[in-house]
Amino acid sequence: MKRELIHLENIAKSFGNLLVLDEIDLSIYESEFITLLGPSGCGKTTMLRIIGGFEMPDTGRVIFDGKDITNLPPNRRPINTVFQKYSLFSHMNVEENISFGPKIAGKSADYIRDKVKYALKLVNLEGYEKHDVTRLSGGQQQRIAIARAVVNEPKVLLLDEPLSALDLKLRRNMRRELVRINKETGITFIFVTHDQEEALSMSDRVVVMNQGYIQQVGTPENVYNEPENAFVADFIGDSNIIDGVMVRDKVVRIFGREYPCVDSGFPEECPVDVQIRPEDIKLAAPLEGAFNGVVTRVVFWGMSYDINVEADGFEWLVQSTTGRTVGEKVSLHVAPENIQIMSKPQSEDEEVAKDN
Amino acid sequence: MFNKFTRNILLTPFLIWAGLFIFVPLIFIVWYGVTDYDGNFSLGNIGLIFERGYLDALKLSVELALISTVACLLLAYPLCLILTERQRDNTTIISLLFILPLWMNSLLSTMAWQTILEHNGIINQFMKLLDLPTFHMINTEGAIVLGMVYNFLPYMVLPLFISLSKIDRSILEAAQDLGANSWQKFFRVILPLTLPGAISGITMVFIPALTTFVISALLGGGKLLLIGNIIEQEFTFQYDWHVGCALSVILMIFIILNMLLTTAFDPMKEAGDEH
Ligand SMILES: Nc1ncnc2c1ncn2[C@@H]1O[C@H](COP(=O)(O)OP(=O)(O)OP(=O)(O)O)[C@@H](O)[C@H]1O
Ligand SMILES: [Mg+2]
Repeated sequence: MKRELIHLENIAKSFGNLLVLDEIDLSIYESEFITLLGPSGCGKTTMLRIIGGFEMPDTGRVIFDGKDITNLPPNRRPINTVFQKYSLFSHMNVEENISFGPKIAGKSADYIRDKVKYALKLVNLEGYEKHDVTRLSGGQQQRIAIARAVVNEPKVLLLDEPLSALDLKLRRNMRRELVRINKETGITFIFVTHDQEEALSMSDRVVVMNQGYIQQVGTPENVYNEPENAFVADFIGDSNIIDGVMVRDKVVRIFGREYPCVDSGFPEECPVDVQIRPEDIKLAAPLEGAFNGVVTRVVFWGMSYDINVEADGFEWLVQSTTGRTVGEKVSLHVAPENIQIMSKPQSEDEEVAKDN
Repeated sequence: MFNKFTRNILLTPFLIWAGLFIFVPLIFIVWYGVTDYDGNFSLGNIGLIFERGYLDALKLSVELALISTVACLLLAYPLCLILTERQRDNTTIISLLFILPLWMNSLLSTMAWQTILEHNGIINQFMKLLDLPTFHMINTEGAIVLGMVYNFLPYMVLPLFISLSKIDRSILEAAQDLGANSWQKFFRVILPLTLPGAISGITMVFIPALTTFVISALLGGGKLLLIGNIIEQEFTFQYDWHVGCALSVILMIFIILNMLLTTAFDPMKEAGDEH
């Protein structure tokens, strides 16, 4: 059993009239790589700043290792941050930047020298001690920012979209590096991104957020394959989300037709959201599959085609390795285990979320 | 941006201006300063500075200018820190507040201080009203320093405020994140990063404070003579341009010294070498 390190307890936060976070309840475990994922403005940064101590929650508590740290200022929390803009001290060189924390902690010169060396090695920038930070590339500055945080041996590292300013190749590289550093140091990583690919490829667990609410917490496979609501399904990967009705266990009605599925436990005649991933839909000759339609659009992506098929007045998205031509008549087939049934949103907020 | 030729053309008016109204007068001042009444070269007038009255005035001028500069610095830092902390979005109003006193004629505001500090001035009348002992305030060094600080504080606040508001908030948060308390944050991050602003503030306060004669005349009551007052007297009462110019040259040397001192140490380097 993993040990709980941080517990956010029923946290809410508003700026003026704007409710930014509500009913946030989350456990974060020791040494895990957890990612806060959600669209712009959903409150990820605010949540991170509350953990870091830069914002006070209006209600709720931040528990760290069993102790309430809600009112502890950032400089007294065993937590360090890698800021989005790196925020290096421009009047100091690399070494001075990295040794800022240990110096304040009153460590000896020998200790600091060794630690700086170790931290630079960790981020693959050995020998950069005397470099001017303002002359470094974005990727190098980012590494220094990570080294400057890690050198303090924090229990938790907060990272707010640290890769967003880097180009694609460097970003891929840094993703691997971050995961490696997480495993090597055992520091808990709380990572913020709005890039679902980043979240899925790096994290042990993903926290999907929208409009200040946590939508789902789970492993990457879990949130991808078993989204709990339409927002999660839509936000993570591409999805066809269809209004359906649960006829009885393992039978769902979509577009007036009863269709076998694997979910159960819903009340009879209960309205649900039905999610089908585009890569799970097989195209077949007309009348062979369950839904008949016409190809309306074909986009080639290199590895696959995105094909839009109109059937029953619904625009389906299908991913296929073979192309089709616009106007072609096709039918769609979905295996029952690939049909994901989700309850309809309860609150209005979630409903709004679905429309976005 | 421009090629060399256009640049030279654009520069010409400024060069002419600088030549006619800055460089030539400077030559004249130095020339008068190092010649005697017959036009012969002599350091006699410069040497006068070592006479008691002049030396005392120079010493007092440097002293009061230094005190005022330090006072401005000590007032401006907390003020600017509070301003940047509180009003990140309202900077225009704030800066206006500090530029506004500059619009008021400094002679006028200094005279206002005179009426406040006088024996029968506003403060003492108020004290009398409450049957409290009155103060001797006018014609003291303190009154002159007060006048200087009042008049020159905006010149310290503005450059400091500008360099302070240029510091990204996340830099300060980073310092705090790495364990720095408020004092450590100030001395290790804010101070070094605002040193350029502080230095221009120091120069902009120290020089007018060193050369002023209005403030010392009005608030010093002619009893406390600063070097500026003596130079003024040489020109307007004694009509001795040679002594006046010689004293000006000496003052200039002090100003150049001050500027060399403040720019000599590279602020960035200085800040980095804190061990
Ligand atoms: N200090 C503040 N004052 C007022 N409103 C704020 C403040 N900080 C954040 N907000 C608002 O709170 C909401 C959530 O902001 P937050 O920065 O947490 O979003 P985010 O999920 O990090 O978004 P992004 O992906 O764009 O960084 C936004 O609507 C934002 O405008
Ligand atoms: Mg953010």
